Amino acid sequence: MYPFAYHRPSSLEEAAQLMVDADDGKYLAGGMTLIPTLKQRLASPSDVVDLAHVEELAGLNTTAGKVTVGAMTRHAEVAASTAIPALADLAGRIGDAHVRNRGTLGGSVANNDPAADYPAALVALDATVHTDRQRISAVEFFTGLFETALNEEEIVIAVEFPVPDAAAYEKFPNPASRYAVVGVMVARFGNSVRIGVTGAAGTVFRALALEEALAADFSPNAIDGVAIGHADFNSDLHASAEYRGHLVSVLAKRAVARIA
Amino acid sequence: MASETGIGAAVKRKEDARFITGAGTYTDDVSVAGQAWAVFARSPHARAHIRGLDVAAAKAVPGVVAVFTGKDMQADGIGDLPCGWLVKSKDGSDMRQPPHPPLAVERVNYVGEPYAVVIGETLAAARDGAEAVAADFDELPAVVDLATAASAPQIHDAVPNNECYDWELGDEAAADAAFAKADHVTRLDIVNSRLIPNAIEPRAAVGEYDAAAGSYTLHTTSQNPHLERLVLAAFVNVAPEARLRVISPDVGGGFGSKIFVYAEETAVIWAAGKVRRPVKWRAERSESFLADAHGRDHVTHAELALAADGEFLGLRVKTKANMGAYLSTFASSVPTYLYGTLLAGQYKTPAIHVAVQSLFTNTAPVDAYRGAGRPEATFVVERIVETAARELGMDPADIRRRNFIQPEDFPYETPVALTYDVGDYEASLDKALAHADYAGFAERKAAAEAKGKRRGIGFSCYIEACGLAPSQVALSLGAGVGLFEAGEVRVDVTGSVTVVTGSHSHGQSHETTFAQIVSDKLGVPFENVTVLHGDTGRSDYALGTYGSRSLAVGGSAIVKAIDKIVAKGCKIAAHMLEANEEQVEFEDGQFKVADSNQSLTFAEVAFSAYVPNNYPLETLEPGLSEKAFYDPPNFTYPAGAHLCEVEVDQETGVVTIEQFVAVDDFGHVVNPMIVEGQVHGGLAQGIGQALLEHGVYDESGQLLSGSYMDYTMPRADDLPNFLVDTTTTPCTHNPLGVKGCGEAGAIGSTAAVINAVTDALGVASIPMPATPETVWRALKHASQA
Repeated sequence: MYPFAYHRPSSLEEAAQLMVDADDGKYLAGGMTLIPTLKQRLASPSDVVDLAHVEELAGLNTTAGKVTVGAMTRHAEVAASTAIPALADLAGRIGDAHVRNRGTLGGSVANNDPAADYPAALVALDATVHTDRQRISAVEFFTGLFETALNEEEIVIAVEFPVPDAAAYEKFPNPASRYAVVGVMVARFGNSVRIGVTGAAGTVFRALALEEALAADFSPNAIDGVAIGHADFNSDLHASAEYRGHLVSVLAKRAVARIA
Repeated sequence: MASETGIGAAVKRKEDARFITGAGTYTDDVSVAGQAWAVFARSPHARAHIRGLDVAAAKAVPGVVAVFTGKDMQADGIGDLPCGWLVKSKDGSDMRQPPHPPLAVERVNYVGEPYAVVIGETLAAARDGAEAVAADFDELPAVVDLATAASAPQIHDAVPNNECYDWELGDEAAADAAFAKADHVTRLDIVNSRLIPNAIEPRAAVGEYDAAAGSYTLHTTSQNPHLERLVLAAFVNVAPEARLRVISPDVGGGFGSKIFVYAEETAVIWAAGKVRRPVKWRAERSESFLADAHGRDHVTHAELALAADGEFLGLRVKTKANMGAYLSTFASSVPTYLYGTLLAGQYKTPAIHVAVQSLFTNTAPVDAYRGAGRPEATFVVERIVETAARELGMDPADIRRRNFIQPEDFPYETPVALTYDVGDYEASLDKALAHADYAGFAERKAAAEAKGKRRGIGFSCYIEACGLAPSQVALSLGAGVGLFEAGEVRVDVTGSVTVVTGSHSHGQSHETTFAQIVSDKLGVPFENVTVLHGDTGRSDYALGTYGSRSLAVGGSAIVKAIDKIVAKGCKIAAHMLEANEEQVEFEDGQFKVADSNQSLTFAEVAFSAYVPNNYPLETLEPGLSEKAFYDPPNFTYPAGAHLCEVEVDQETGVVTIEQFVAVDDFGHVVNPMIVEGQVHGGLAQGIGQALLEHGVYDESGQLLSGSYMDYTMPRADDLPNFLVDTTTTPCTHNPLGVKGCGEAGAIGSTAAVINAVTDALGVASIPMPATPETVWRALKHASQA
């Protein structure tokens, strides 16, 4: 770890100002990615602004048809929530118990790791990301590999999830890291179906062809024969692009089977 | 004495209280006043010429104490890291051993090879310094692929074709004759994948130099501190043996990877002398991945000749073994004397020939890893036996029974240079079949198929040669050291006992097991026995722990010392009781005069030995403390039967182990709970190789599986509940009748898993690890064929 100045603001305003004042600042949420990166000397921020004591970022609120999760909410807390069981199930399968007790929703979505679980939920559930500057839909928020629509000092405050009629998350974990090789969230709102796919490509995406097929016939069999183009999918030690494409179909079918 | 703490009792471990409460003393817990930190600059290239190293900027970093390069070490007379086993090629020539300076001088030959060490006031300063070492590398094409390494660019000047040796064992003409008369020949191409050991505690070292005495102390994570001292003193020239003490305190796992004498520990103890202050180094996990010796990595073609009824007539094996960039401490022996000699397995195959070509590549050195050669041999034998059974339409249990060496055949001389002393292979197989409900397998398979799953069962009837090793055998085959063990039993004035062993425990529970032996043999309460180990300043020269040798060899040395204690105690008791020495017997902790009610407790005799009032001082020295060295007359031959049953998800290719049965014959067992734990750990590693773990380099020699993000360690949820049982044929040639249990799980299990997976898939072979995608592709390929 290289030396840096550590700050612990207690308000959003103070946090943003610290970031403006810093030469090269970094927000610290749960630290599940940033801390290992610092320890390996792969990042050398001048300032680290810890968001753990910013009150505006805490809390998980359920209102009619909506669940709003504060950015600093730990995965374990979401896993224990009941309003959207599929979201709780997803959160309960992130990392291990240690990670779930430290890692946060806001940290995960702001980092936008291509193999993170949450982005699939945000996209499938048509969530809205609230920041200190804007409200933005999930599909617009996740812009690319480790890239989001966030500006330099902008802070994610909360994510607002509409409650679906039904949803399910199926994950094929990387055997080593337990990140998603592929993760598929299927959500049904009335007659419309939304599918968020994480792990397969450079960033989360909607599987539009599958959504269309399922909107016509919400059954696992409807997925048979829908081609999943894997040309731009990831390929690594654990799974080729072709296998990831195959897994998207298998996991989507399994998710549908759980809720059909 | 059968008791709750004697031999055979499942005593809870003495070690656990300190380990569980975080009170162990590991090398990283050792900190010395004035200590500086070492950080190594490591090669980013798999193969490069070092055009120049500029250390000026590194020396100028605030807090940097010193910067040393390979040239500095050479200029100070520090030698190369040696290989301790000279293997000869079949033409009689010596193996080729390229120079291996602790810090690279002219060339780097694998990613992670150290070329400079920076000593800093703090760890951060040393790191800053290491980043500031400016190296001018001229990158050269790397040799990574083992199969084509012989025709790749030459890595070392004096090693044409990158060949270390071309070795053979067995009677080639006899094997060829067996194939000429065979009714059936089974052929199999096998890749034994590369593994990275991953002990829970990374390597670490603290070097101290005492300027007044001119002596050095090295605290380090070694499985064999005496060997470390011998090599550093006699070969590397750090300090004379008498002025170098090596202390190996609590160590968190080794699996072979901490046998070897590495560059980093060498540089640390040398640097402590140069900067005249203590120097500490602690490997980062990423350094462990890059620079610990790796394991396995063979490419093999094997052929088994059979008669129509399934009788094995001959076996021919051709193997290429990867040595990595340099010869690690025992690397040469692993694919030869620890591999070729085991190719008879449990069978009466009359003719066997094995040829092994060892090759250098631009990868981390490869050396012994849990099982060391014997897992590779077992994998060849048990894979080809299972394949032959399938080709002949025989039950895999029956083909093995047809060929087992029978109990009446012992001692049995194999065609590959070993003499098995004892065993009953069918007993283990029968017990495993019963535990696994083998008869019910067809029904379980049908039930799995009904729900769309594939199900398969696989066998592995392994044997290993353990209890390394009879010194004269090892020395005649090229070993550079004898392989006996030292033990010392010191009886205290009040009758408590201190044992000093040359064996080293890094998870094997010697403090408990050896105390049980002493408690049992001397009748001393278990809690009054203390076992000391891991310090060249405490024990006589000894060889340490690997090759499942601690109990069979180290335990036997302790028994020999106990026997001397008892013999002397009888003399003392005879004097005290005014009896003839021949009349005194030692039993249940009492010295008794035969046919009388006269007796003395062990504590009474011990007290008399140290307070020699009523004592025959004119004929007997006072004191009750004895040493012994034990050199085993033969290897021990643990053997057993492993059965694995798997289910395969056809949609994803995910393999789940539905049951794993291991029935092992370890001879007598001192602590069944500890033995079961050893088996569990070994099984996890063997299953890990079959399904999960893989050390992978890309074409340019970069390590792709260099962290836990990509190197899949087995976890609890990857494994089933193991069903572990034993059979017993006591070892015939050591005083405890024990064989050793540390490696068996890793030796036997890999073949059982792959046999089960290939059975489920209906394919001849599958690469390891059989990952979901690998299995999915095999299914896809089979359905298209």
